[in-house]
Amino acid sequence: MDFLFLSRLQFAVATMFHFIFVPLTLGLSFLIAIMETRYVMTRDEIYLKMTRFWGKMFLINFALGVVTGLTLEFQFGTNWGEFSMFVGNIFGPILAFETTSAFFLESVFLGIWIFGWNKVSKGFHAACMWVVFAASTMSAYWIIVANAWMQHPVGYVMENGKAVLHDLSAVLFQEFAILQVMHVLSGAYVLSAFFVMSISAWHLLKKQHVEFFTRSFSMALVLGFVFSIFTVVEGDFHGADVAEKQPVKLAAMESFWETSTHAPVYLFALPDEENERNIIEIGAIPGLLSFLAFKDVNAEVKGLKEFPRQDRPNVLITSFAFKGMVGLGTLFIFLTGWGMIRRKKLSESPLFLKIMLWSMPLPYIANELGWILTEVGRQPWVVYGLLRTSDAGSAVSSPQVLASLAGFVLVYGLLGAIAFYLMAKHALKGPA
Amino acid sequence: MTIQAVWFYIWGFLWVMYFMTDGFVLGIGVLYPFIGKSDKERRVILNSIGPVWDGNEVWLITAGAITFGAFPVVYAVMFTSLYTPLMLILFSLIIRGVSFEFRSKVEFKSWRKVWDGSIFFSSFFAAFLLGVAFANIFQGVMLDDDYLYRGTFMDLVNPYGVAGGILFVLLFVQHGLSWLCIKTEGWLLVRCERLAAKIWFVLTACIVIFLGLTWAFTDLYNNYVQMPVLVIFPAMCVCGLVFNFVSLKSKRAFRAWGASALVIAGAACFGLAGLFPRLFPSSINESFSLTVYNSASEPKSLGIMLIVISIFVPLVLIYQGYAYRLFSSKVTEKEIDTEEAY
Ligand code: HDD
Ligand code: HEM
Ligand code: HEM
Repeated sequence: MDFLFLSRLQFAVATMFHFIFVPLTLGLSFLIAIMETRYVMTRDEIYLKMTRFWGKMFLINFALGVVTGLTLEFQFGTNWGEFSMFVGNIFGPILAFETTSAFFLESVFLGIWIFGWNKVSKGFHAACMWVVFAASTMSAYWIIVANAWMQHPVGYVMENGKAVLHDLSAVLFQEFAILQVMHVLSGAYVLSAFFVMSISAWHLLKKQHVEFFTRSFSMALVLGFVFSIFTVVEGDFHGADVAEKQPVKLAAMESFWETSTHAPVYLFALPDEENERNIIEIGAIPGLLSFLAFKDVNAEVKGLKEFPRQDRPNVLITSFAFKGMVGLGTLFIFLTGWGMIRRKKLSESPLFLKIMLWSMPLPYIANELGWILTEVGRQPWVVYGLLRTSDAGSAVSSPQVLASLAGFVLVYGLLGAIAFYLMAKHALKGPA
Repeated sequence: MTIQAVWFYIWGFLWVMYFMTDGFVLGIGVLYPFIGKSDKERRVILNSIGPVWDGNEVWLITAGAITFGAFPVVYAVMFTSLYTPLMLILFSLIIRGVSFEFRSKVEFKSWRKVWDGSIFFSSFFAAFLLGVAFANIFQGVMLDDDYLYRGTFMDLVNPYGVAGGILFVLLFVQHGLSWLCIKTEGWLLVRCERLAAKIWFVLTACIVIFLGLTWAFTDLYNNYVQMPVLVIFPAMCVCGLVFNFVSLKSKRAFRAWGASALVIAGAACFGLAGLFPRLFPSSINESFSLTVYNSASEPKSLGIMLIVISIFVPLVLIYQGYAYRLFSSKVTEKEIDTEEAY
């Protein structure tokens, strides 16, 4: 196996594992900050209990987020040497922003939050969680700015075969980045909401700690409902932006081969890349793709045949990831909408609670599918239109990468299993 | 002074900050199973570093990010050349980080034993390999004119590299003991003080040997011949050692800890000053080395990062300093009994 393939696999394993923990950090810190603020304002002990119970889950998750992020920071250099030299001028300032403005804040103030219960005032203690929330949001912004630049490079000039920074604000505020940040954050809030609702549902079904978990559930439900809608609406804008900036990705997302006006969306399509067609097409909605991409049912949408074969991403993966994500996004609106209707009588809705209990994995899957779509759909480019993935690797030997990849799978698998066990144990035990 | 040179100093500063802060945490990890006799003592030890270790580790992340941004070629070539040791360091840090978190979550004896062991091994390997890596950087690696590393992993495990590894472990252990003298009381404190007094001699001997080996194996001293003022760095190291010894004897734990930090800073600066302007020297041919001039980013990126760094790093130092002050008292029972504590 060549080192490039192994490096890609390793990067995929490492980032996807990191992103199991990241969204919960982003969203749960928000919920915990609200809980603790309510406690400070009302002095109602139940909010303190909620802060501590969900806080403990948060800490286990956070620890894994931190350690898995650590390897990523170095992997651009270890495995993607050519890429690093190519983008260093642009990525450098962004990563310098990220570490110095976000990671320090996040870790220092979380340290105070964990160990400072008896050392700082109640108000300051709650403020620490707000800082953690703000800092993790900032870190998401910075790293996504970097990723958005790979999707749609702007504000650079080419010098000696590498991209050199020309206009920083163009990089920081480009539309692609803003849309991506909003989409990732809202996806993270949906995930966190489902996390809290699922654990709460388990206890509510057992009729234990009813007051505690009813409040937790309701809080999460509101967050989940608002952001389920937001994710889908905003995702639509995001899709339109992709249509404009990465037309071949759009075509692959929909497995759409022939350029046409009134382009349809298929509810299901199985692509056959060899023969450049779909083997199965079910449920065509005429004009919808034209409308979604360009807000006009008559607009012309470019099909995959328009692009040379070597410039196309893997259509099967890209389209399935997209359809899966969108399908789940639609489902989340139904589920949380149903919950909003039953909000006042949760305990009398065992069917709904049971469904929510088992729904926890779904937003995790949606988030990962989103990234698979974004990253696989960008192929064969690592920096869209500028640098091909095949030219981006380091001069490392395959056995080295194979060994480290095996290490990742082994260590991450083990740590993931232990973290899951600890969180499940704590979740099922309920508040002390 | 060119902006590239400024970035070399900042690069060096970040590594020094990392060694000074995470150094004592790694050192405590190495000491941990030997010095903590009961579960309660071990928890005291872990809670003495609990509030700060993650913030310390961010200096490493910053050093990595700044290498990427300021010297992309070094970032690519160095990390590719040192692929296997770097991966081992990262895996060690991963395991160390989660061990702190996991250990406290289950009461079973055997569960805690597993994480005790993993704290020791991961801390030891991370400290040792960091030393091996830096000693090899000081010495130069087999880099050809295409910036390709021609050696293997085993070539890095050479006498000078191993000496660097041992030196790092000892430096960190002494630094860790000094921190424990601040944070502990009772028998644990007595044990730490006694051990620190002994390790001090081993460390001093090791530093002397290392300086001699550096003469034999590297050309770091060339810079010192050309610029004798650089001698302040080894002098810092010596002052730190003396001060550490005196303060330990007079039971001024804070000063002892500051002094051991000075030893680390002096030792690291000693090497870095000898390295300048090279960042990653080639042992095959001097002209294949990566220097600040042939590997830096364009001035515009360097300028922007300089602004970023000069705004945020002072802020970081302020609030990180605040956190250290907040947690500078002895670890108390009450502290250990909060639910979130380790
Ligand atoms: C959308 C958000 C997001 C994305 C796409 C990434 N991260 Fe991340 N990262 C975070 C959001 C985040 C966070 C929320 O800030 C974390 C997660 C858990 C945590 O503790 O902080 C974090 C932690 C974290 C850490 C540890 C920080 C610490 O010690 O406090 C590092 C070094 C990285 N990340 C680096 C990366 C790199 C190099 C990525 C790209 C491949 C990446 N992250 C993707
Ligand atoms: C945390 C969320 C992320 C996930 C789950 C993710 C997922 C993936 C996957 C699956 C691949 C392999 C694609 C392939 O080779 O076909 C990949 C590649 C890559 N991604 Fe991401 N990614 C994430 C975020 C990022 C960010 C924020 C950056 C940059 C700042 C980034 C940079 C890269 C690079 C450099 C590669 C390797 C080159 C390549 O294979 O194209 N990724 N990622
Ligand atoms: C109908 C609903 C949705 C639409 C139309 C939509 C649209 C999109 C589009 C077009 C992309 C690709 C952007 C690119 O290639 O750069 C994307 C990526 C992504 N999606 Fe969605 N999405 C929807 C629902 C969801 C849901 C429910 C989640 C998670 C809970 C989610 C999480 C993500 C993530 C994490 C990414 C990768 C990062 C990014 O590029 O923003 N999406 N989405």
